Order: sequence, then C-alpha cells, then structure tokens
Amino acid sequence: MTRESAHQTAGLNWKRELALSLLTALWLGLLTGPLLVCRLNPTDGSIVYRWPLLFYVAGGGFILSSVWRLLLARRNLRRRRAEVALQGPKRTWVDLLLASRRRCQGLWLVMLFLISLPFWASPYTVNILITALIYITLGLGLNIVVGVSGLLNLGYVAFYAIGAYTYALLNYYFGLGFWLCLPLGALTATILGLLLGFPVLRLKGDYLAIVTLGFGEIVRLLLTNMEVTRGPRGLANISPPGLFGLDLNALVKPRLLTWLPLDPNMDMNKVFLFFIMLALVVLTILAVFRLENSRLGRAWLALREDEIACQAMGINRVRAKLTAFALGATWAGLAGVVFASQVTFINPTSFTFMQSVMILSIVVLGGMGSIPGVIIGALVLILLPEELRAFADYRMLLFGAAMVLMMVFRPGGLIQSVRQVYLYQPAQPPDKGQS
Amino acid sequence: MELFRDLFISGLTKGSIYALIALGYTMVYGIIALINFAHGEIYMIGAFTALIASVILGQLGLAGWGLLISAGAVAAIYAAMYGLTVEKIAYKPLRHSSRIAPLISAIGMSIFLQNYVQLAQTPNFLIFPDLVPEIDFLAPIAHIVNKNQLIIWLVTIFLMAALTLIVKHTRLGLAMRAVAQDRDMARLSGVNIDRVISATFVLGSALAAVGGLLIGCYMQQIDFYIGFLAGMKAFTAAVLGGIGSIPGAVLGALVLGFAESFAAGYISSDYEDVVAFVLLILILIVRPGGLLGQTQTQKV
Repeated sequence: MTRESAHQTAGLNWKRELALSLLTALWLGLLTGPLLVCRLNPTDGSIVYRWPLLFYVAGGGFILSSVWRLLLARRNLRRRRAEVALQGPKRTWVDLLLASRRRCQGLWLVMLFLISLPFWASPYTVNILITALIYITLGLGLNIVVGVSGLLNLGYVAFYAIGAYTYALLNYYFGLGFWLCLPLGALTATILGLLLGFPVLRLKGDYLAIVTLGFGEIVRLLLTNMEVTRGPRGLANISPPGLFGLDLNALVKPRLLTWLPLDPNMDMNKVFLFFIMLALVVLTILAVFRLENSRLGRAWLALREDEIACQAMGINRVRAKLTAFALGATWAGLAGVVFASQVTFINPTSFTFMQSVMILSIVVLGGMGSIPGVIIGALVLILLPEELRAFADYRMLLFGAAMVLMMVFRPGGLIQSVRQVYLYQPAQPPDKGQS
Repeated sequence: MELFRDLFISGLTKGSIYALIALGYTMVYGIIALINFAHGEIYMIGAFTALIASVILGQLGLAGWGLLISAGAVAAIYAAMYGLTVEKIAYKPLRHSSRIAPLISAIGMSIFLQNYVQLAQTPNFLIFPDLVPEIDFLAPIAHIVNKNQLIIWLVTIFLMAALTLIVKHTRLGLAMRAVAQDRDMARLSGVNIDRVISATFVLGSALAAVGGLLIGCYMQQIDFYIGFLAGMKAFTAAVLGGIGSIPGAVLGALVLGFAESFAAGYISSDYEDVVAFVLLILILIVRPGGLLGQTQTQKV
C-alpha cells in the first residue's frame, strides 16, 4: 500500500472536514433563512420574524453535516474495499438469522403468536395489523413488478383502487358478498393490468414510470368524477366478510369471552378479517416464493437484468412482461377488496399517488426482490408512523428524509435480496500465485 | 368563436408556465437521465420566496417593475441554491448506483421539501399580491388578454431564447451537451462533470422559480402543494415533447396547455387532467420517444 492510498483509507482530514461542516452549516442557515425565519401571516400578509430558528438550523446543520461526511467517507471506504476484495454478497446478521436452521421453528412460533393475538390484544392493534398485512400483500405484489421484473410502476395504487371499488360497487348496488367479490376484484384488477400492460410493452424505464403514474391518476380522477362511484362522497356501509351467515358478534363472542382474555370491545368481524388477511399473506408469500423460482420467475429476472440478452435467450418478452403486470395487479385487487371491507367506507382520497409511493417505498426500503425485506419494510413503514403519532406534524418530513438517507447509505434496502450464484470450482486447486 | 379565443389564450398561458418548469426537467434528464421529482417543489419554493421577498422589498420602498424584477431575482437565486443543495445531498452520492435509487431519493426529497415548507410557513393558502404593474396599451383589450398573460408569454419567450443561446453558443452549453452525449468521454476531454451538472440544476431551478413567481401573480394564491401537480404536468410535458430535448419540452408544454384548456372548455373542467394524461399515454404509444425525441435503436 502506497503512502497516498494509506492516507486515503485513513480517510479523514479532521481540520478540513470540520471547516467544510462549518461551511455547510452556514450554507444551510442562508438557505433556510427566508422560508424559516420570515413566516408570512396568511390572514393579513404581515411577516413574523423568528431569528432563533436560524441558530437551531445552523447548529443542527453542523452536527448533521459532520455525521453525513463521516458516514459517506465510511461508505466509500467500504465500497473501495469491496472492489478490492470482490467477495460475494456480504451476509449480515439478518441473513444469518433467516438462513439459520431454526428458521422453520421460528416461523411457526411467529404464526402461533399472530393467531393468538386477536384474543388478547386491543381492537386498535388488530386494526393496525390488518392494515400492515394489507400493505405486505401490496408490497409483495408490487415486488413482482418492480423488484423482480424491474418494471417501474408508479400507478400501482390504481389496481388497489379497482379491487376496492369492485367490491364496494357490487356490494352497494347488487348486495354481493365478500367471498364472491374477492375473486371478482382480483379478476377485474388482473384484466386492467393486462389492458395497461399491452400498450406500454414498448416503453422502457422512465417512460414506463410516467405512463403508469398517468394511469394511476386517470383512474383516481375517473373515480372522483363519475356518477356511478358517487365521486368524492364515496361509498359507505360496505359489509364485512360473512361466515356462512353467522353473526360473529352475537354468537361467538360471548362464548369466547368466558374463557379468553378477549377485549370486550373487540369487533369479531375484524378478528375474522384479520385471519382472512393472515391466510392471504401466507398464501401470497408461498405463491411469490414459488413464482420467483419458477421458469417464469427466472424469465422476469432476466428481463430485469438485460432485456436484449433475455430476448436473445429465447424468452418470450411480451408474455413475461404481461404476466408480471397482471400478477402484480391481481394481488393489489385482492388487497383492495379486503381494504374495502376493513374500512367499510371508501372514497378516491384513499388512492392517491402518495399511496403508490408508500407501497414503492415498502418494496425499496425493505429490499427489492426480497420477500422478507418487503415484509419488514411494510411493518416498519406502517407501524412506525403509528408509534410516531406524537410527532404527527414531523412524520412526513422524517419519512422523506429517511427515504433519501436510505438510498444514499443502504440502497439495497434493509434486507438485500441474495441472488442465487453458481460458484465455479475447478477440479484442481489453482496456483497459489494466481489467487 | 369567442370561447375558442379565450380557451386559446388560457391554453397558451398554461403551456408557457409548464414550459418554464418542463425545461428544468428536460435539462436534468438530458444530462444525468434522472427524473428530478423534487423539481416541482423547487418551483413551489420559488413562489414562496418570491412572495416573502416582495413583502420585505415592498416594505423597503420598492414598487412597480422594480419590485417585480427584484422579487423574481431573489426567488431565482434562492431556488437555484435549493436546486444545488438538493443535487448535492440526494443525487450526487447516488451517481453510480442503480437507476431506481436516485428516483426514490428524488421522491423522498420532494416529500421532505413539501413538508418543510408546510411546517415553516403554513398549510393554508396564501394570498399572492398581483405584482405586475398595469400596462397602458393593453387597456383596450384587457378583457381578452390581461397583463399577467402577456408578461408570462414574453418572459417565457425571452428565457427560452436565452437558454437556447446558452446551450448552443457558450462553453458551458458545449460542456452540457458533451456530458449529455457521453459522460466518460466528456470527462476525458477535461470537462468538470460535477460543475456542469450543478450548473444544470442551477439553471433549471432558476427557471422554475420564475415560473413560480409568474403563476403566483396569475393565480393570486399559492400553497405548499402547488409543486406536486405542476411538477407532474411539467414532467408530462417534457416526456410528451421527447425528454432531453429543449424545443421538445416547449412544444410538449404547449400541446399539453392547449389540450387541457380546450378539454376544460369543450368537455368539462372535471376531465381536464384526465385528458392530459390520456394524451400522454396515446402519444407515447404512437411515438415512444415523444414528439421530438429520437427513438434510439439499441446496439448490443
């Protein structure tokens, strides 16, 4: 190692870094000056000056910028080392935990815990968990499109909306039940996925992203403006899923209350929905897992990595793309039906572009293409904001900042998907000099 | 016929504003192939800064054209600084990563800036004073073309011409075109890539801020959320015209402005945005590279 590179890897020239951080702090102070310090009064247009904020920003900026520099230097250092060493993907403790032999038993324990949960937790918790499970399904569905096939879809929420509205409309006008609408919602979403898939087959990358975004907006605007969907007033009184016509609250609940620590305020329909959703998630995980390792799944991966090479290998590109779109949409449709029966009232404001971004963040923050990653991503993104209710105002601010930070420092997501690699092992050990 | 005339004029105005924002998108995309989702927020920040600057400068005694121009200058400078900072924080560290990472980081930045302005200023609408002074010769036809519309057209034409001159005839423009064509080759020829990219963000953001000021004067109210829809429309315009191409962005913006305006007038204002997006999808299906973009054949 030469002196220069040693100096580089040692990395930090403290004085210079400090000076730079100081400059950054000054810059941030200057930058945020007008917007933060001079607050316009919306009623009379006068300006309130809030000078102390400037010092907080400068001070905070100094600390943050120091940390930022330190982390960035560390990241670059690590990247350089990785280039030198050229190892396989690094295994973190999470991977080790997931790959451990006890994994199966661990999963059974988690399942048992989840199944027992509604019988002692609060109705609030159960409701939040249903939401989290819905988002896991959505994340896994989008993962097929974005993570596995590499087709950036920014209008995924449209299919979710279509699922939800299929159930809501059929229930509102014809009184159809949950169990009939579940496949119908999925089917409608799939068909729309195909309809969107056909025209955009030729588009790539960012063009695809903007067209899907446009599609999402079109669906939302139509839902807002059409008479049949009752526009922004939305559709109310959507029935919960039925169980052979049993009244769960009147029949089952009193019996359970006698011998279980069940919350007396618990709505048994929600509990039933929780179990349905749990089953749906397990089913989704199994299906996605099997799909990923199937012939089709490998075609998707090839499509993601290099479209031309993939065609050259004789993969039917059209079929691979369309199935990815359609299957992604199917799960969104299923999740939509469940969502409609969970909240019992839907209107177009539940299906904005921000929802698409939320689902995309789940996939990306969790780790693209990785099933455990998506699950963890959904749990973090749905449960964390619930815990942060105290900082409600700053929630979205932190969310945005977290997205940027995550991309800069851990672009692979919380749990990076591990690609299957085939190791080349020569029959004879190679010369020591060459390695 | 009168309806047609009015719709034509409002479409032209809308298109001009979209063009000012779309130029920033298309320049950034041309150079680093990134959809700068935060660009709409820069436009919004430009509008807010212009408003604050106009109040403070007005208290200092400026008025009339001086006030309009100085508020515009302050807004442009601040927006340029924001653009620069956003690039340094959210995009530069990601220059060598996968395609999706900068996009997510851009969306994150956009959410951050939106909420930052909402928290720092107000979640409500702010009244934007009409800073454009009366223009005398316009008085007889004021019911057809108002002064704000005229100013918007003139400023847009002027800035567009200036931008074209910069890109076509200056060293910076040459460097920008070189970086857009082949980044590695440009670096080898001694172009400072980082500086060129920063300059692109500075120019694009300043244009967006001018757009923010003008739309503020025109619509007379702003809030923290205006950047989202405007940014999306402008990006649609840029894609429509062929992203990466400067005349394409202007053409796309005008097409979009007219389409929206006529749809609002002849069909229903509820379906204005639907028409914009349907048009986008249709054009991209027929011409996947946009109106003026070349569809590049991929070589293997």
